[in-house]
Amino acid sequence: MKNKGTIRKILRYIRKYILLMVLSMLLAALTVAGALYIPIIIGNAIDLVVSAGNVDFGGVMALIARAGVVAGVTALMQWLMGVINNRIAFNVVRDIRNDAFRHIEELPLSYLDTRSTGDIVSRVISDADQFADGLLLGFSQLFTGVVTILGTLVFMLMLDPWITLAVVVLTPVSLLVARFISTRTYSMFRLRSETLGEQTALIDEIIGNEKTVKAFCREDESTEKFEEINERLEKCSLRATFFSSLTNPSTRFVNSLVYAAVALFGALAVIDRGSQGGITVGELSCFLSYANQYTKPFNEISGVVTELQNAFACAARLFELIEEPAQTPDAQDAAVLTDVRGSVRAENVSFSYVPDRKLIEGFNIDIKPGQRVAIVGPTGCGKTTFINLLMRFYDVTGGSISADGHDIRNVTRRSLRSSYGMVLQETRLITGTIRENIVMGKPDASDEEVIAAAKACHAHSFIKRLPDGYNTFIGEDGGSLSQGQKQLLCITRIMLCHPPMLILDEATSSIDTRTEIKIQDAFSKLMQGRTSFIVAHRLSTIRDADIILVMNNGSIIEQGTHDELLAADGFYAKLYNSQFAPS
Amino acid sequence: MKKLLKYLTDGYMKETVLAPLFKCIEAVLELFVPLVVAAVIDSGIGNGDKGYVTGMCAVLVGLGLTGLAFSITAQFFAAKAAAGFSKTVGNALFRHIQSLSYTDLDTLGTSTLITRMTSDLNQVQTGVNMTLRLLLRSPFIVFGAMIMAFTIDIQSALIFAAAIPVLSAVVFGIMLAGMPLYGKVRAGLDKLLGRTRENLSGARVIRAFCIEDSEIGRFRSENDSLTSEQLTAGRISALMNPLTFALINLAVIVLIWVGAVRVDSGILTQGQVVALYNYMSQILVELIKLASLIITITKAAACGKRIQSVLDSGDGMNEGGEEHGFDGYKYSVEFRNVSLKYRNAGDNSLEGISFTAEKGSVIGIIGGTGSGKTSLVNMIPRFYDPTSGDVYIDGINAKDYRLSALRERIGVVPQKAVLFKGTIRENMRWRKADATDEEIYRALDIAQAREIIDKKEHGLDCGVEQGGGNFSGGQRQRLTIARAIVGEPDILILDDSASALDFATDAALRKALASLTGTTVFIVSQRTSSIMHADRIIVLDDGKAVGIGTHEELLESCDVYREIYDSQFRKEGGATA
Repeated sequence: MKNKGTIRKILRYIRKYILLMVLSMLLAALTVAGALYIPIIIGNAIDLVVSAGNVDFGGVMALIARAGVVAGVTALMQWLMGVINNRIAFNVVRDIRNDAFRHIEELPLSYLDTRSTGDIVSRVISDADQFADGLLLGFSQLFTGVVTILGTLVFMLMLDPWITLAVVVLTPVSLLVARFISTRTYSMFRLRSETLGEQTALIDEIIGNEKTVKAFCREDESTEKFEEINERLEKCSLRATFFSSLTNPSTRFVNSLVYAAVALFGALAVIDRGSQGGITVGELSCFLSYANQYTKPFNEISGVVTELQNAFACAARLFELIEEPAQTPDAQDAAVLTDVRGSVRAENVSFSYVPDRKLIEGFNIDIKPGQRVAIVGPTGCGKTTFINLLMRFYDVTGGSISADGHDIRNVTRRSLRSSYGMVLQETRLITGTIRENIVMGKPDASDEEVIAAAKACHAHSFIKRLPDGYNTFIGEDGGSLSQGQKQLLCITRIMLCHPPMLILDEATSSIDTRTEIKIQDAFSKLMQGRTSFIVAHRLSTIRDADIILVMNNGSIIEQGTHDELLAADGFYAKLYNSQFAPS
Repeated sequence: MKKLLKYLTDGYMKETVLAPLFKCIEAVLELFVPLVVAAVIDSGIGNGDKGYVTGMCAVLVGLGLTGLAFSITAQFFAAKAAAGFSKTVGNALFRHIQSLSYTDLDTLGTSTLITRMTSDLNQVQTGVNMTLRLLLRSPFIVFGAMIMAFTIDIQSALIFAAAIPVLSAVVFGIMLAGMPLYGKVRAGLDKLLGRTRENLSGARVIRAFCIEDSEIGRFRSENDSLTSEQLTAGRISALMNPLTFALINLAVIVLIWVGAVRVDSGILTQGQVVALYNYMSQILVELIKLASLIITITKAAACGKRIQSVLDSGDGMNEGGEEHGFDGYKYSVEFRNVSLKYRNAGDNSLEGISFTAEKGSVIGIIGGTGSGKTSLVNMIPRFYDPTSGDVYIDGINAKDYRLSALRERIGVVPQKAVLFKGTIRENMRWRKADATDEEIYRALDIAQAREIIDKKEHGLDCGVEQGGGNFSGGQRQRLTIARAIVGEPDILILDDSASALDFATDAALRKALASLTGTTVFIVSQRTSSIMHADRIIVLDDGKAVGIGTHEELLESCDVYREIYDSQFRKEGGATA
């Protein structure tokens, strides 16, 4: 049932390549016809080779010449078919992958935040890959297999209906045997993959934290646990492998029964020839070769069906990702923020990630252009939640946030987000050159602008020293750059596009003192005249702020200036005293 | 690779020999089939002997049945050898990884070790299984068919002798040409994987800069080049079947012609020509099977190499036999001019560190990222050995201890707070296997973790998921602190372990730690507030100890310390100094 929907979706992608599909099927039919025709020609030729002195050389020559031509043409068509099948399968998968990736960019962050990166990556990469393999196998074997069976049947019927009947009756037995074995082994395989999963989990846990294991001298206990699971794995692995490997010999045995039956009935028919029609020796040899060709696809098809089921399961996981509801698109009449002055208002905002756990309720704030807002609270207090709302990574569940007087849900995401410059503690760089990373927010920046921004952020001197300067290629997530250098690049990135508002996480705990001073300097240059939201760790920043937002357990619990909050003697006062007042 | 195979031949010699042997017997039986058919045609049909025909067909069924029996036996031995082999290698590999030193672990990398243990090992198991079952069979059938052809007619058999090398050349040629192309495909796939991962983990930045479209563009062009590489590789491997098909048919044509001539001169019979033709067809079928098998085996061999490289790696650590240090020795830990350079690193991570820590004292270690704080404390339980200088624990060189005797007296709280699957009680008994509930509760109290457990329905029996996923970061951190305290270690190392704790809890923790009077405590932190009350503070900067002393002394004498302190406690009106 579930497969049906998946197949329909797959067909939608294949439709684009319908011409190639038709061509592939045509070639498959012709290839099979050619492959089946050759044994007939050879059979006829053998009939002309009766005994000493009784050979029709002219006839044999004509026949084998024909066989040669047919074989050549068939081989050529086979190759063409292979190439076409590759093209369909790989292009379809490329299209699906492109769609999946495009969709990732449109998924709401609430989805991405709650899913493991590994899971989504494995859908886009390995599921898609397995699907391509399955699709290819399906095209190249399933279709030709079916055509071969049908073709062989037709050819055999033309030769002798009775022997054909024997073949038709016996062959499905091999399918039954295969089916019987596969249903019996299913539970063994499930047990095996469960045990394997258990083992992988243990490996992941122990080896992933090997240093801790060693620090506590737990090597022997861990090994013991591993060996216990491994022992069980060996047993169920042996059972599953052995019983499933019975399919091949069993179906081969059925095939040899078919072969013997054909030999028997065929030979008897040859002996009876003349009296009731019958067949020739050449036709018998042709029959025998058919019996082999006819039974082979049956074995292959049962294998291909398993492959295809797996491929469909992979495709279904991919489609699940693609069909995940995207974020609400920008409204048709969404305004574009221009010349942003930088006022931000929150009115009666409430928000929660999960419906039954309210994080923010009845939150109001009015920030004038150029003001500094410090966000203060213990680690993990939910500072990202606030940023999520400002940048509209998440939508408020009640009330509204407005920027320059526009409800941020009524402006385009692009114009809202490019009004903010964001530097987070977690530095994110993309694979590409240094320059590409700097011009992310302003792709058309000139070299002079880039260098000026880098100089202002004290990044120029280290970039200059890199092997290719601004064109140095950096790998996934910054490659060999130090944490401080990465942070400087992220700040340069913002410096280049002069956004009217800033979101800064000034956490510099992972940066050495000298770089930290540079970064502070860069930060203060950035903040001049701009509305800024700062996740503050430094006393001076907090004290200089126009408004302090105090957060704890994900919600905003106090707001006001430093003096107001101290006077209120609440959470902030306690925090301040424990953190900053020397005891 | 050879060393890996020793695991197979040592433990499963019988199965390794018997599986292919039985397979070959089955193949021999299969090779008899065309001979029987030839007999049916020549003697049975030739003489019109229906009884003979029936008998010979019964022989065919008999051959099939015997073949079935042999083949099932072979499958069993192959499965047994493969499963057993992978178990033995798995155990050996796991044991080996347990014996690796921190340096070895750093060099190899955790994720590598995990993939070697899981997917690589699986590939090898499949490879061994398939090899035992099929690898010998296919060449055996191919050459067997040729030999059978020779028994029928030497001159016709020469066609086989000529065709087989040409076919092998084609099969291996295509494979050799294809392999580097498939390598390129894997690399392209890796690129896509990197791009996707980056876009997921960096989703906020990408959206903040509105560069979704340009990222989609990059992905597309990388995807396109992957597709074109796949097509190129596919075009080559698509040659395999058509070429072998064409070649075999060419051989058949020659065979029929030669056969016709030989029949005409009375050397061969019609049935023998049919038999020769059948042998040629068998070769075709086997070659197709062999081709797909060889891909599996190449993959398995590659994975086997990766496993072998892990087994060959690592030199472990030599250990001494010392069980206890000197009783009542004044200094719990002494560093004497210690320097450390990590393997493959250019510079020393620590240089010329000397200090002493009295029994029961609290030592604070502070400094920027990469200043060497963790490196320093990691040398106390001998996770790393100094490149020069020595570390003394209770007056004895750390290298002279039995490794586990040394580590058992030290409680370590690593930066990354992980718990292990099981119960809280099991996790709490990691340092001391027979710890009583009382001891555990006392440790939980000190670590400010008591309330976490009290809130749980099952108390100490409360379940822990993999990695401790069912606890928050702060809870995990407190629980890992408790884990290290159970059994009151002689030395306790807190490596920046309070980062997820709020300041009040951090302060309470420090106060409670003071009750461990016999324990020397090392606190590594970025925060002055966490270490300012320590008996002695070591200030690290770029691998060197730039100041050792108390808070007050360091404020006076150490610029780096003052700089850090001021950045966190700056008073109005500028810096204090």
